[in-house]
Amino acid sequence: MNVLNFINAFFSDSAHWKGYDGIPTRLWEHILYSLVALGIAAGIGLPVGLLTGHTGRGGNALSLIATAARALPSFGLLVLMFVVLGLGLLPVMIPLVVLAVPPILVTTYEAVRSVDPSPVDAARGMGMHESRILLQVELPVALPLILSGLRSAAIQIVSTATIAAYVSLGGLGRYIVDGLYQRDYEKVVGGATLVAVLALATLGLFWAVGRLAVSPGVRRSN
Amino acid sequence: MSGFFDIPSDLQHSWLGLIGLHLREALLPVLAGLVLALPIAQLCVRFRWLYPPVLWVTTVLYAIPSLAFFVVLIDYTGQTELTVMIPLAVYSLVILVPAIVDGVRSVPQETLAAATAMGFGPLRRYVQVQLPIAVPAIIAGLRVAVVSSISLVSVGTLIGNQGALGNLLADSMFYHRPELAVNSVVTTAVLAIVIDALLVGLRHLLTPWMEDTAK
Repeated sequence: MNVLNFINAFFSDSAHWKGYDGIPTRLWEHILYSLVALGIAAGIGLPVGLLTGHTGRGGNALSLIATAARALPSFGLLVLMFVVLGLGLLPVMIPLVVLAVPPILVTTYEAVRSVDPSPVDAARGMGMHESRILLQVELPVALPLILSGLRSAAIQIVSTATIAAYVSLGGLGRYIVDGLYQRDYEKVVGGATLVAVLALATLGLFWAVGRLAVSPGVRRSN
Repeated sequence: MSGFFDIPSDLQHSWLGLIGLHLREALLPVLAGLVLALPIAQLCVRFRWLYPPVLWVTTVLYAIPSLAFFVVLIDYTGQTELTVMIPLAVYSLVILVPAIVDGVRSVPQETLAAATAMGFGPLRRYVQVQLPIAVPAIIAGLRVAVVSSISLVSVGTLIGNQGALGNLLADSMFYHRPELAVNSVVTTAVLAIVIDALLVGLRHLLTPWMEDTAK
């Protein structure tokens, strides 16, 4: 009677593989929530981080905003949004985006700030336009750090999207929350395993993206 | 009448009682994490080959979602406070080990040589030279650990109402009282900001030689 038995029982039950409560459906819902939230958060965090990092202005304001946003409890925000806005995707998206913007914003800012100034000066001396300096010099060098910010944001989103089930949405958290109410421990552990695997897959995905996207010269110096 | 501070009686705590409970559930794990992280970090500093694998393990552990962690522990520790606190301690440990290792490693080699030349043994050198210089890095790690810990305690409400202030969230849904959710979110956020500020103050106290720069 241990966790491994529960996991085995959950995954070998064919009833868990089809229908609206099947593993493929729930997994897809979970990935969908996570992708949308990460997309919105990156859409906010990346441009702002790149611009502030390039100009070097607004660093204090950024860290203040990030500290405040980090202090907001995502689970609390989720329930609050649900109570205020009612059922829907929006009350789930708001806490997920609030959760993900600070790591993306702060690491992007720090990454661009910490780029070695000599290649940037060289590029400027060659007459490159500021936007090209940012996109063709600073961005490639800062990419490993920027990706690490996106990675921790993505992992936090995947873990927190689990809680969306508490306010009646789908996703893998459905198994955990339903299982707890039904005292079906097999379901709870199965759901937990799926979420953990998804989080680890995210970790692996970002590692692969890093291998592919980061220029070999930058990778070697790290 | 349902005021902002009228806590439903099923929680068996006053508002202040919930705050105390929340702080205990959030801070004890961070303390445990710190106590464990110090020797582990020291081992990583001493044996350099140990650090990359430790870093891998910590990254993977940190990726495990809190709710998944909680529910797997229920089998062993039941729906108790301990089930909430163990994962939080692990998360703190995972944040603190790299912070301490980077901090201790940032101590310049000349400083260590000077301490050795003054006749400091390894233990005394660690406690009186390396640790104080690493304080800013350790506190930076503690700040992240404490804030995330305070935020995560609320999730404990899902496993047998062990969420302290997070339990207000469940009640706000049962009783249709949005102000309870507002209370929970605001109180938790304020707690996090206050503890964070206290840690910044502590750093200023512990490192009087550092200039007061904004950061």
